[in-house]
Amino acid sequence: MASAFETRRRNQLIIAAAVVAVMIALPLGVKDVYVQNILVLTVMYAALSQAWNILSGYCGQISLGHALYFGIGAYASTLLFVKFGIIPWFGMAAGGIFAAAIALLVGWPCFRLGGHYFTIATIVLAEIGLILFLNWSYAGEASGLQIPVSGDSWLTFTFLRSKLPYYYFALGLAAVVWLVTYFIEDSKWGYYWRAVRENTMAAQSLGVQVFRSKMAAAALSAFFTAIGGSFYAQFVSYIDPDSVMVFQFSLLMALPAVIGGIGTLWGPPLGAAILIPFTELTRSYMGGGGKGTDLIFYGAVIMIIALARPEGLLSLVTRTRHAPP
Amino acid sequence: MANAATIAQILMSGLLMGLIYALIAAGLSLIFGLMDVVNFAHGEFLMTAMYATFGLVVLLSLDPLVLSPIVAAIMFVVGAFCYRVIIVHAMCARTNVGMVQVFATFGLAIVIRGLAQFVFTPDYRSIPKSWLGGQTFSIFGVYMPAPQLAGALASLLAFGALWLLMKRTDFGKALEATREDAGAVGLVGIDRNRVFAMGWGLGAALVGLAGAILSIFYYIHPDVGGPFALIAYVTVALGGFGSVFGALAAGVIVGIVEAISATVLQPSMKAIGIYAVYLLVVFLRPRGLFGH
Amino acid sequence: MSALLETEALTVRFGGILANADISIGVNEGEILGLIGPNGAGKSTLFNLVAGTYRPTSGRIRFEGRDITRLPPAVRCKLGVARTFQVVKSFETMSVLENVVVGALVRFTSTRTAREEAYRVLDVTGLTRRAEANARDLTPPEKRRLEVARALATQPKLLLLDEVLTGLTPAEAQKGVELVRKIRELGVTVVMVEHVMEVVMPLVDRAIVLDLGRVLAQGAPQAIVRDPKVIQAYLGDRFHA
Repeated sequence: MASAFETRRRNQLIIAAAVVAVMIALPLGVKDVYVQNILVLTVMYAALSQAWNILSGYCGQISLGHALYFGIGAYASTLLFVKFGIIPWFGMAAGGIFAAAIALLVGWPCFRLGGHYFTIATIVLAEIGLILFLNWSYAGEASGLQIPVSGDSWLTFTFLRSKLPYYYFALGLAAVVWLVTYFIEDSKWGYYWRAVRENTMAAQSLGVQVFRSKMAAAALSAFFTAIGGSFYAQFVSYIDPDSVMVFQFSLLMALPAVIGGIGTLWGPPLGAAILIPFTELTRSYMGGGGKGTDLIFYGAVIMIIALARPEGLLSLVTRTRHAPP
Repeated sequence: MANAATIAQILMSGLLMGLIYALIAAGLSLIFGLMDVVNFAHGEFLMTAMYATFGLVVLLSLDPLVLSPIVAAIMFVVGAFCYRVIIVHAMCARTNVGMVQVFATFGLAIVIRGLAQFVFTPDYRSIPKSWLGGQTFSIFGVYMPAPQLAGALASLLAFGALWLLMKRTDFGKALEATREDAGAVGLVGIDRNRVFAMGWGLGAALVGLAGAILSIFYYIHPDVGGPFALIAYVTVALGGFGSVFGALAAGVIVGIVEAISATVLQPSMKAIGIYAVYLLVVFLRPRGLFGH
Repeated sequence: MSALLETEALTVRFGGILANADISIGVNEGEILGLIGPNGAGKSTLFNLVAGTYRPTSGRIRFEGRDITRLPPAVRCKLGVARTFQVVKSFETMSVLENVVVGALVRFTSTRTAREEAYRVLDVTGLTRRAEANARDLTPPEKRRLEVARALATQPKLLLLDEVLTGLTPAEAQKGVELVRKIRELGVTVVMVEHVMEVVMPLVDRAIVLDLGRVLAQGAPQAIVRDPKVIQAYLGDRFHA
């Protein structure tokens, strides 16, 4: 009896390994910088969306303010690098831990809120962060911060000539967050988070400490989101509040998970793989001239997918437990 | 140096703008209270109303104030249409209903923004001449810009009319009944889809009214809806989801807090005051001021 | 037999309504206790007080001698008090097995051992066939069974059943009765809130009758059904508050 379950679990890992192998090989033939860029963004969003999915998908606490943690990560590592010369690897870790701490701090009052009130609180907190950074002269206010890129270096995690190293790091990050989610799926936390999502009262009656569970999910989610932020800062070498902390960005971090299948293991990467290239391509081919046709098309597709497949596109590929029969 | 005159001015400006915020939030609150859907395209509805006003001014050379009922009527149709064609499908989702509405309306928002860009280009537009534009009234040394005053009055009238509608008409009662139990109303002969469509129409009409008046003194461009929408969400949540008149109280609070914050803090940080108040209120009252 | 659970002058007021007044009862280890009474008697209130969902206005609750009055439901569960919900609250997107695993995880930290325990509980409650099914797809009687299975997986010393036999067909009710007996044989003390007298009275060792928020009578079922006070409470003229 255990073996059917264990076989399923093992198959997930095999599929993941296969996907990673393909993803490793994928860019080797790609010389076009534009396409390399799309690849980097795709895996980055896969990682970000998977991190978001931990709190909002598995634990069911819908956050539309994750840009806050992304921004914290981006600014933490960049400030440490630009002002103190601390290499981004430490900065990344620091940013992640700091973001997790902030998540716990805001979680303490916010997790007593239900549903929409909580979601609006997350939006509000991110907006507060945005405004603070826009007015913080040390961090460059609206002009933001520039990361000096002098050459290729893994030490300072800056690369001038090729985007591939960035790609491989982002792929690694996406793989790590996927793996964390994989372990969550068959762990006490995973069961408890899903129970909290489904029915808080029932969960409590079964011994689940709801508040503690939510806090743990929030901290884990914020940690990885911030690392994604630090990565992004290094990738684009320039950050400002309007690119890393805006509400639109919070929505974009959530979108791949929702499109692919919220609360599932493969939903976020699938969603990212479809959505990001689609976004970039529509913008390139239809966005020229500011006519807005790319927006019309893009928005329409999102609407259609959201309405036609609310459980996400993953249900087209597999019969997951979350799909209606 | 805050003297009585300054304080009175701040409060008045805040009150007027707050009533306009309340009007914008009313539609959002109505729709939510009716069917538990948060409309993420609400800012784009506002923007559409502003563009509609602009377009009609260009076409008919009438004043925006005169056009405002027409714009409200247009937006009513737009809202009902959106429900019938799009939202009705979101309601059918058996799983994940919360996220479906968020992203379905988010997609709608992007489409509307694209359409605005397509028809009007991203250039900033404004209505150059209007009866109220640039005019100001003053009472006891407190200045009230005419457009804002008109907006505030329109808001009060709208809420009054809404109250009458809810309490005195059959439609209002049907609306209330559907709000209480959408599943059961079919049993008493109320077509719930029709009520929902009318609810969306009404919600859009309210924000349409606000948009028409805002167009007198705001630049019109495809992204103008964003900041207003954000304030509207916070206002509705502050007042309590499901309470349309809570949105009125909350709107006024938001307007005044914003005005005070703009003076006490830097103007660029004025929104923090509103956000801080929201967090404080829900910390003490997790369902907002008047939420169910 | 020692008292597993005791309440001491338990009183709770909701607004102006006195839902439970001065209730002092005991639940003996190993018994099946019925909590009955007409509508509005305060049975659900008392049930929820013991479960920890409501806080009393005054009075105490002791479990195994320890004061649990201030403890939240999750902690009570860890101590050994489990409950089912009258309106079934299953975790809809999870499978039957996964639902029960959530319960088992309060005693087992490894999901593997929790799963094994869950399978055992499914066997006891007769749901093994449906282990992989989505909770959402269960029939109402099966869902009720799942409620019980989930609570049972927490290895409670005291199991509170909220109207588990109400609204079942006679055949299903009989199966339910057998399940309750099986649960008692496993060493679990059971308190059942019930309406369906004909099914419950043959099952319980003892019954407590509530009326208007107070204890009206307690004792063996045969004595209770003949008690004139009880008969009047259910059938006779009463002044309503």
